[in-house]
Amino acid sequence: MKYSDPYASGVALGLVLLAAYAFAGRGLGASGAFAASASGTVAAVAPEYAASNPYFGRYLARPGGPWREWLLVEIAGVAIGAFASAALSGRFRVAVERGRGVTVRARIATALAGGTTMGVGAALARGCTSGQALTGGALLSVGSWTFMMSAFAAGYVVAPAIKRAWQ
Amino acid sequence: MNDLLTALVIGLAFGAALEQAGLGSAKKLTGQFLLKDLTVFKVMFSAIVTAMLGVFWLSRLGWIDIATIAVPETYLRPQLVGGLVFGAGFALAGLCPGTSCVAAASGRGDGLAVAAGLFIGVLAAGFTFPAWLAFYDSDARGAWTLPSLLHLPYGLVAFAVVLLALGGFAMAERLESRA
Repeated sequence: MKYSDPYASGVALGLVLLAAYAFAGRGLGASGAFAASASGTVAAVAPEYAASNPYFGRYLARPGGPWREWLLVEIAGVAIGAFASAALSGRFRVAVERGRGVTVRARIATALAGGTTMGVGAALARGCTSGQALTGGALLSVGSWTFMMSAFAAGYVVAPAIKRAWQ
Repeated sequence: MNDLLTALVIGLAFGAALEQAGLGSAKKLTGQFLLKDLTVFKVMFSAIVTAMLGVFWLSRLGWIDIATIAVPETYLRPQLVGGLVFGAGFALAGLCPGTSCVAAASGRGDGLAVAAGLFIGVLAAGFTFPAWLAFYDSDARGAWTLPSLLHLPYGLVAFAVVLLALGGFAMAERLESRA
């Protein structure tokens, strides 16, 4: 099924972001949800270590703890909203998207490796495409624009290497 | 609690908007890096321009107080380096953190794998965090914005971003018609 017009869906996305600014005093995010759930998981296994670790400790110290983190609830909403949207538009399909000639195993391996790399980058940059590029971008944050430029620059450097995987 | 309800509702709309745009598909996202399908750029900049102008005009009309919105703080060098690492992973994965959740929720196994990778990545970052904590907190510039960097009025910078986006859209259409 065909997707919606990119400009129209972009404006809709911008209005969602504007609503987040207006009603929550903050923007959107995604990597923070992973950081919060990782912190909660580590705390469940080794509570003392997690509390003393400066990265996990930050999420554990927030009111309500890591499992009531704003971004984690928002991401749960993202999953439900995306599922509903895909189902209603006839696009829900169990599959592994990959280029022709790429095995499922190879695609899963690159997905895992890419995800892991992004996790480290987002931790260092204090956010991802949502929390930095979109949220900070629209608020004209210098750090967010720096992140956006360097992320896409690196993406274009790496892309030719993976070109064959997608064609 | 009310706070978390807001988070859930905003998340629902966020997820639906990304899915409708086609950003739950790794094939579509890698098209951006291969310059074949520039949906990512079009969606991102339509969103940025909409939210930016919305904040600008709503605060001018006195409907919202811009001071209550948290501007992501700048840590210049860590964000530059973090961006490079993130971008390399993004191209490899074909999905970013938010869109990996959209892909997974639309049934895509590669989306689930990217999300699992992200979880491993932040775990690894957390375990090794003490080693790079000093760098993480370095080059702190506070809530630094492009208008204060350029010493230009906010409205003028916003106008420049609109022009940049419109120019980018025209270029994107040209590139796509050639691809």
